[in-house]
Amino acid sequence: MATEAQGAEEGGLVFHPMDQFIVKPLFGMGEVGAFTITNVTLWMALTVVCIILLLVMGTSRRAIVPSRSQSIAEMMYGFVYKMVEDVTGKDGVKYFPYIMTLFMFILVSNFLGLLPMAFTTTSHIAVTGVLAMMVFLAVTILGFVKNGIGFLGLFWVSSAPLALRPILALIEVISYFVRPVSHSIRLAGNMMAGHAVIKVFAAFAAIAAISPLSILAITAMYGLEILVSGIQAYVFAILTCVYLKDALHPAH
Amino acid sequence: MAEHNLSPEAQGMADALGVDGDHAGASAGMPQLDFSSFDNQIVWLLITLVVIYFVLSRVALPRIGSVLAERAGTITNDIAAAEDLKQQAIDAEAAYEKALVDARAEAGRIVGETKAAIQVDLDKAIAKADAEIAARAAEGEKAIAAIRDSAAESAATVAKDIAKDIVAAVAPGKIDAKSITAAVNAKMKG
Repeated sequence: MATEAQGAEEGGLVFHPMDQFIVKPLFGMGEVGAFTITNVTLWMALTVVCIILLLVMGTSRRAIVPSRSQSIAEMMYGFVYKMVEDVTGKDGVKYFPYIMTLFMFILVSNFLGLLPMAFTTTSHIAVTGVLAMMVFLAVTILGFVKNGIGFLGLFWVSSAPLALRPILALIEVISYFVRPVSHSIRLAGNMMAGHAVIKVFAAFAAIAAISPLSILAITAMYGLEILVSGIQAYVFAILTCVYLKDALHPAH
Repeated sequence: MAEHNLSPEAQGMADALGVDGDHAGASAGMPQLDFSSFDNQIVWLLITLVVIYFVLSRVALPRIGSVLAERAGTITNDIAAAEDLKQQAIDAEAAYEKALVDARAEAGRIVGETKAAIQVDLDKAIAKADAEIAARAAEGEKAIAAIRDSAAESAATVAKDIAKDIVAAVAPGKIDAKSITAAVNAKMKG
């Protein structure tokens, strides 16, 4: 920890912008095992609770004229459904529940992470990496199941001159395998950076002279982070749709 | 900020106790790269995703989908019903217009009929009156003729009597009554 306490002006100005991301057991101080109840467990459980509150409790009246919570639930549903339909086409609609699961999990986790003292599960590469690998594996397997060996046509750009095709194929293969990396690091990086910056500004608030500026900066960053939270969930979901479209229709 | 004040203590305690050594080392950099917490995160992530997936696919999504479909159906039905009612209103208006036109035509017809009937009655009455007038005129003329005849006759009788008297006075016994009458008649015709 000492390496991180960079400055000590004004009697204890300490920067621990990354401490908020530490995975800690909720009970006791023991080692973090696979099934230990940690802050990860808590915030993921809260994510589940929020999703149930919004999408299940909010729609429990099944009203023709929706209440506010039901409107939000319907808006989410309509938004993701339309996105899946627009990007993947009619035959991609049956994968809508999976994409909705990813989208809701990321969106709600991102927003919950913005609560003060919260732990942002989606800022961890372990979480986003698993999400991205799940998408990558599912899409690859689905591509081969649906199209057989024809799925490799995804890498063979038939509209390009023949001489260029092997080079393009190499680039396509590399970009294909980079997908899960960029997919996961984009989300985790965005979430982590924003939260860390807010924390740095928060540390500056300890100096009375610049604390108004610091609070202003935190407010501005917070607004930006709300935007980023929504956009990153959307980006993750729409990229999943794009990858899914590649699996269903590999032809360029 | 409480977290800040607490964290180093907690960390220090953990370090002192000798547990979590790996963790302490990694947290100098990014906790994200602390691989010792990966299994924990992945386990809870998978559990979370499975729970969310089942909640969504079993409860939430079919329900929202059915509500949306129901609403779309209701709206479609309502629009169809509105179209129906509109059509009905148009029909009713057309029927009303038609009834109005019919009534006007009927009224015109009745007026015409009545006019014709009145005309017939009038014509009949006029003809009757004309006939009556003609009859009366004829009667009058007859009466006038009769009166004229009788007047002429009287005049002839008077003339004969006067002629007889004159003849008797002028030349008594020479001329008989018959010839006098003949002479008077001849004179009167002439």
